[in-house]
Amino acid sequence: MQELAVVAFSQSDCLARAGAANEVELIMPQLQAVYAQVGIRNAQDVDFVCSGSCDYLQGAAFAFVAGVDALGAVPPIKESHVEMDAAWALYEAVLKIRMGQAESALLYGFSRSSSGDLPMVLSQQLDPYYLAPLWVDSISLAALQARLLLEAGLASEQDMAEVVVRSRRNARDNPHARLRGDLSIEALLAEDMFVSPLRRADCAPVADGAAAMIICTVARAREWGVPYAVLSGIDHRIETHNLGMRDLTDSPSTRLAARAAGVAEGPVEVAELYAPFSHQEIILARALELGPDTRVNPSGGVLAGNLMMASGLSRVGEVFRRIVAGDARRGVAHATSGPCLQHNLVAVLESAS
Amino acid sequence: MSDAEHAVTGIECPVYLQYHFTAGRAPARFLTRIREGVLTGQRCPRCSNVYIPPRGSCPACGVPTEEEVVLPDKATVQSFTVVAIPIPNNPIEPPFVVANLVLDGANIAFIHLISECDNSAVHIGQRVQAVWKPREEWGYAMDNIRYFRPLDEPDVPVEQIGRLSVSGWEG
Amino acid sequence: MSAADILSRDFELGFTYTRSTGPVVGRFLTDLRERRIVGNRASDGRVIVPPMEYDPVTAEALTDFVQVAECGAIVSWCWVTQPRAAHPLDEPFAWAMIRLDGADVPLIHCVAAGAETELATGARVRAVWAEQTRGFISDIRYFELVQGAS
Repeated sequence: MQELAVVAFSQSDCLARAGAANEVELIMPQLQAVYAQVGIRNAQDVDFVCSGSCDYLQGAAFAFVAGVDALGAVPPIKESHVEMDAAWALYEAVLKIRMGQAESALLYGFSRSSSGDLPMVLSQQLDPYYLAPLWVDSISLAALQARLLLEAGLASEQDMAEVVVRSRRNARDNPHARLRGDLSIEALLAEDMFVSPLRRADCAPVADGAAAMIICTVARAREWGVPYAVLSGIDHRIETHNLGMRDLTDSPSTRLAARAAGVAEGPVEVAELYAPFSHQEIILARALELGPDTRVNPSGGVLAGNLMMASGLSRVGEVFRRIVAGDARRGVAHATSGPCLQHNLVAVLESAS
Repeated sequence: MSDAEHAVTGIECPVYLQYHFTAGRAPARFLTRIREGVLTGQRCPRCSNVYIPPRGSCPACGVPTEEEVVLPDKATVQSFTVVAIPIPNNPIEPPFVVANLVLDGANIAFIHLISECDNSAVHIGQRVQAVWKPREEWGYAMDNIRYFRPLDEPDVPVEQIGRLSVSGWEG
Repeated sequence: MSAADILSRDFELGFTYTRSTGPVVGRFLTDLRERRIVGNRASDGRVIVPPMEYDPVTAEALTDFVQVAECGAIVSWCWVTQPRAAHPLDEPFAWAMIRLDGADVPLIHCVAAGAETELATGARVRAVWAEQTRGFISDIRYFELVQGAS
């Protein structure tokens, strides 16, 4: 099987509001950045392009089609789209390359979710008969999950606050983060509840922006002569949509994906987890069986800034950056989609030997 | 009790979502200028194509466009259709002509109306010019131009449509 | 390029969907209209409310309908201090996972209560019905706490 490599990654700042910029204007700088990292001209110089976005978030029908204006699609290119986080665009590209249909691929994800009321928009992705008509928002569902975890004795509010404190502290070194700084657990626990048992700081701050990545075969990476990280495993699994039938205190889909991706086949020095709520990082770290030697979310993770439809791809990008920089030899990236960690993707990246 | 007899087989579940739309930097610049009666496109730094309305990128090259180009309000018909049926919520009385028009100096068409003409005489390559609303009615909108009307100029050969300079067409 | 005004405006997007319910969801909603709550039995014998069309584990079509009570116990809950416009209640309220008596799998609905301090996991709740039922999930307007019953 072809060995795969991540060769380029770029992410925008996590903006509370993107201001005047439209989708194309958000995507373009990230595409230009990854082109520059490998020394290519535009999307004509890769074999496949796949993007991740969700039109409902910004309420702009076919916004992803406008995104193609950023690519240079003349003459026509091989292009695809997932109505999901771009981590799943990465998955599609991996399949494409493994099937021998491409040797390189450009991926990008973007959103302007500040255009709408995100938790309510997401409520309309739920079961259309039993839940969407009640407008159960995404934060409330996460709060139901958090209470199950707390009352089962599997985590404490202190544990959740520790996750937030570490996120903000790590984000001091992340120029793209929205929230960073030194917080104390005591100060966090003294804050009012937002949707009890969640405080505002337990919820990832939603951000507008974009991220882009280029992957290819290891052979192509050597041809391009650029530093790369080997993408040694990737898998994704989904759980039932019926929240009542899931064990919300665990993430069996993450466990399965981790096993299939080969997470346990070596030490995990760094892990970037897409946990939009603090308690979910605790669930994920357990499902991935991360030990005390793993640095979790050194970028600050999405609690420091959550680029909808791009944060999953960015987790892979953050692990890639650290491996190429020599900060880690092996790492795990995780992406999630759906309410309460319904759908999870796990990727393993390793340094080129 | 008819309700009791009939099982529920369908539900109505309308969804209304509130959003705040932003035009984007390049479209906003175009709309700001058309409010002043000026048609402003953008030129690609790589292939030199001029786009109007601009979106901030060259879709052919995949590079950002920044250089602004002021274009005249004369155009050439690239394609057209005669609409014979009423369109819901459209105040225009049929029959009317909708056309793909390329402004002089631009390389891509936009859609607008053609009027003040015999609909059956509209043809590809025909020269047209904008008929503007009175200045006091101008807003951030393409319909500051009410429609385009035919010009008494020779037709543009098909292979030259979309390739004229800003100085126009001498025939 | 010189500066442009930031041009933006509010708009509403409407999706005027109608949905076919099929025999399982339709049965649930038909019963709801009669102020009854039915679930169905999963392959492992658990009673799921609202009923599901297919078993999430075995993918078998589920047909064995079971009537359950309109009261039950809270499994988990959260407290919404600032209801959003589309939420079913205007005053602060709880979302809860509720295991109805006779059911094994909890459903998600809202619970009206005067204050967060009145809520607790395990608390007993009872459905409050809409004045006019029509075969829709909101025929249950909300659940209310059953005083002194926990």
